[in-house]
This record gives sequence, C-alpha cells and structure tokens, in this order.
Amino acid sequence: MPERIDREQVTKVAKLSRLELSEAEVAEFTGQLSAILDYVEKMNELDTTDIEPLAHCLPLSNVFREDSVKESLGTEKALANAPQRDGPFFKVPKILDESFGA
Amino acid sequence: MEDLAYKVMVGLEIHVQLCTRTKMFCGCALGFGEDANSRVCPVCLGMPGVLPVMNKEAVEYAVLAALALNCEIAEFTKWDRKSYYYPDLPKNYQISQYDLPLGANGFIEIASGSGQTKRIRITRAHLEEDAGKNLHTAGDFSQVDLNRTGTPLLEIVTEPDMSSAAEVRALAVELQRMVRYLGVSEADMQKGHMRFEPNINLVVTKDGAEYKTPIVEVKNLNSFRALERSVDFEIGRQLGEFAETGETMQMGNKSTRGWDDAKEVTVLQREKEEAHDYRYFPEPDLVPVELKGRWLKDVRAGLCELPLKKQMRFVSEYGLSEYDAGVLTAERSTAEFFDEAVKAGGDAKRVCNVLTQVGLKLANEKDCSIVELGIESEGVAQLCGMVEAGDISASASAQVFEQMAETGKKPDVLARELNLIQKSDAGELEAIVNKVLAENAQAVEDVAGGGKKSKKARGFLLGQVMQKTEGQANPKVVSEILDSKLG
Repeated sequence: MPERIDREQVTKVAKLSRLELSEAEVAEFTGQLSAILDYVEKMNELDTTDIEPLAHCLPLSNVFREDSVKESLGTEKALANAPQRDGPFFKVPKILDESFGA
Repeated sequence: MEDLAYKVMVGLEIHVQLCTRTKMFCGCALGFGEDANSRVCPVCLGMPGVLPVMNKEAVEYAVLAALALNCEIAEFTKWDRKSYYYPDLPKNYQISQYDLPLGANGFIEIASGSGQTKRIRITRAHLEEDAGKNLHTAGDFSQVDLNRTGTPLLEIVTEPDMSSAAEVRALAVELQRMVRYLGVSEADMQKGHMRFEPNINLVVTKDGAEYKTPIVEVKNLNSFRALERSVDFEIGRQLGEFAETGETMQMGNKSTRGWDDAKEVTVLQREKEEAHDYRYFPEPDLVPVELKGRWLKDVRAGLCELPLKKQMRFVSEYGLSEYDAGVLTAERSTAEFFDEAVKAGGDAKRVCNVLTQVGLKLANEKDCSIVELGIESEGVAQLCGMVEAGDISASASAQVFEQMAETGKKPDVLARELNLIQKSDAGELEAIVNKVLAENAQAVEDVAGGGKKSKKARGFLLGQVMQKTEGQANPKVVSEILDSKLG
C-alpha cells in the first residue's frame, strides 16, 4: 500500500507548525502520519449519504455568557511566568515579517 | 506612456471593533490606553486548559450589523480555528468563522452623487477575535501588549464592486455611520475601531482586448484618507506597471502591499510562501450558534432607519440640501431630534438652520451632542415658529437657543425676559416712523432725490426708527411702512 503522506508534506506541515525536524524524525513521522491516515480511512467504509455534516460532537448550541466584566489578572500576574519582560510588556525576539494582522 | 482605457475594481475587507463591555470569549473589559497587559486573563493569554465562552452581546451586535447589511443570516453558524504564528495572539490560532459565517450575500447602498445611490454587494460578514499589539520601537526585540487580544471584531468582505477611490471612501464612511446608528461600534478611527484592506486591480482595454492587472491587497489602513489615497496610488501604479510589463492577473500573482503614510506610496511586502496556509479547522472548544425564532426577531427589532435612507428622505421630504441632510444625519440622535422638531411643527429649513448653525456649534463647545444640550425638540419647533411669525429676529433666535440650553426655559418666556420680542404692530410703528420723518427732513429730501444718496438716506431713516424702538421693531414691517410713506 502506498504511503498516504510523503516526506515533502511532512516537511511542509512541520514548517507551518514552526517545528524543526531532523531527517530521521521526518522519516519516522511520515510513517506514523500515514498509519494514522490509514486508520481514519476506515471511516470511508461507512455510507454517509443523507447524513448531516457534524459541526460539533456535543448536541448543544448557544452557550453564552452575559457581557459583564470580570476582574482581569493585572500586569504583574500576567507577566509572572513570562520568560522575558520589558517593563509592562512581554519581551520577544524582534518580529521582522510585518505582514501579520488578524 | 500611451493612453490606456481602464476600469477600476476594488473590493474591501473591513474589520469593525464591536462596543461590548467585555472581550469575545472572556470577561476582561475592553479599553483603550490602559497599562499594557493589565486587561488580560488566562483565556486571552492562551493558557493551557482554559475554555472560551461566547459573549452573547457580541453575537447580537454582529447579527444586527449583518441584518443592516441585508445579509442572509445563517440559521446555524460555527467557529473555526485559523492558524496564526505571531506573539500578539499567544494561543497560536485565531478563533474565527470559516465556512459558515453568520451573514452572507448582502449589500450596502452608498451615495454616488446627485441623489443617486450605488449598491455594493457584501460577500460575507463574520465574527472573530482581534490580536493584541506588537511594538517594535524599543530596540533589538519586540514588545507585546495583549490588552486588545480577544476583542470582538466583525469582519465584512465586499465584492469588487467599487470603481473609484471616492466610492471606496464613501463605503467606509457609510459603514461608519451605519454601525454608529446601530450602536454596535463606536467606530472611532483614532482608536483603530475600523481597519481597511482594499483589494485593487484594473481591467485595461488595449487594442480592443481586455486585460486584468494582478490583484494587490493593501494591508491595515486605519484612516479614510489613507484608504482613499492608497487606492488612488495603486490605480496609477498598476497602470504604469501594465504599460511596462503587460503582466496580467493569474493564479498566484496576487501581492500584498503596505501603505507608507509619509511618502504616500504603497510598498511591496515580502510574505512567506506559506503565509496564507491558515489550515482552518472546526473549533472544538465552542458549540455552534443557532440564529432563529424569537431570538433573531428580538435582534432584528434593534434595526432603525439607516443613515443614507434618512439623509435622502430629509432631502426629498423636507427639501433640505444634500449637504445639510448629511450634516444632520451624521449622528443618529441629532437626526432624530431634527425629525421630532419638524414633526412638532417647526419649518424644516428653519429647524435645520437653528440646529446646524447654532445647535451644533454650541454642542461642539460643550463637547456633547445636540440632544445632550437638554433642549426639547418641541421647544426648537416653538422657537422656529416665533421667527417665522416675526416675533423675534433670526439673529435673536440664536441667543434664545443658547439660553434654552442654559436655563431649560421655554423660548417665548426667554424672548420676553431678554427683551427680544420685536414690535410688529403696524399702527404703533407708523407713529414712530412719522416722528422720524418729521425730524429728518433732509434725509427725506435725499430719498426723493434718487441715486446713491437716496439709498443711504433710506438706510439712515430705518436706522433711526430702530434706534427709537431700541432695536425691537420688526425691520421688515418698518421697511414696508417706509416704502409706503416715501414712495
């Protein structure tokens, strides 16, 4: 049976996930990921005609909270576990790529 | 460069910050300018093991805006995770909506000059959370402030239906006015409540054939001016580039540019090849939202007459100029106050003059809105009626209006107290005119003599009557009497 996922795809996914993998790891994960996909492939044996796609595994919807303010942590607590800080800010390596933005 | 015929195509992506009290998925208060990282909690910090919970108000605001944008509202909508790798969103994904946005297939009308409107199609409207702020000014590192992280944003995407920079601006301004009318956003540009990303390209006609230039997306514009100028700049730049290279739109040659506000040019942004590989997948931590029945009806009840419609009605129904109607409809409360004053019997144009020339100026001085001046719309109608009847002069009405705001008294009471009631009784005024004419024989003679001197003498006589009545004579009535006496 051919591999469901090749080295190139594993390398790409690793890059997207900001993971650095060794050659040996790439080989290992290519095998593992293919095995996982094989396992999930079993689902295709089921006939899903006329079955609504499932958006969530719980039979629930509309779980809300009211728009009321809860106390925040405050700067000191928020920064307590930060590896590095600069005054009230988290300090991180310089971001060079400016094309971000939510 | 040869002259090329071309059409402009612009679509807009707009992010609007909703004015809820708290963030989208946690109870941290929204704010602006607070100490960095003071409005954060384990949820918006992306700590392990936390769970987001939807802010009901944010969903309702978003649905209300989508309804105003004539969108189809999804009966069933859900959340998705969008991969994100910058430190201003520390959980490494943004909660957004991918395949089932809460609103789709809508439209917005914008003014396109001389009372006409143009319809711009809305592709989709969905809710998502904002990222925080990365600052790069401190040195060889970046600072991260997560106060804004998790703020509810409404993302609106239009079809490429705008064909000029002016239309792009018109849409942005209309949308700002609309979300303010609906009360779903303060839409304060200074605070970054509205951010724009235009997608621009041209359809160039050359030798009878049409060519589309590659699409350019300009990122993160936060003023109407930058939005309009960047689109104008891109039109010129793309035309020049097409003339030079002939490159046309293809899969994969869309590019991203930033706006340099100082130089007023767009600048190519180098993006990583995989930058748009967002790998969306359903958000397992949030259950879907079902929008129907009573709840949807309740949200729909929050709709109001939208600003452009109101503006056009003020022109057609009340005969106001487009400019005046625009000024009055800039804020919903002012527009409604005007409408009430007219319905209470005020002459539309006079009410408009009082509000735009006196009311807005006074409100501006006091840094409040017209309704917050504490004047009743009926009072304004009454004031306008008094000017109309000649009881007080138009200039005196400004003084009365100011005192109405100051004291809360009725205009007729104030006009009497301030001695501003004009004498319009023709009999009484005639006696005074006769007296003035008798005392100023030379002037009467000059009037009769005609020419330049005559006009001046007539003005002098009118002035004398006004002086004798201590300025309280209705000049119109006095003028009529003078006319009848002097021929």
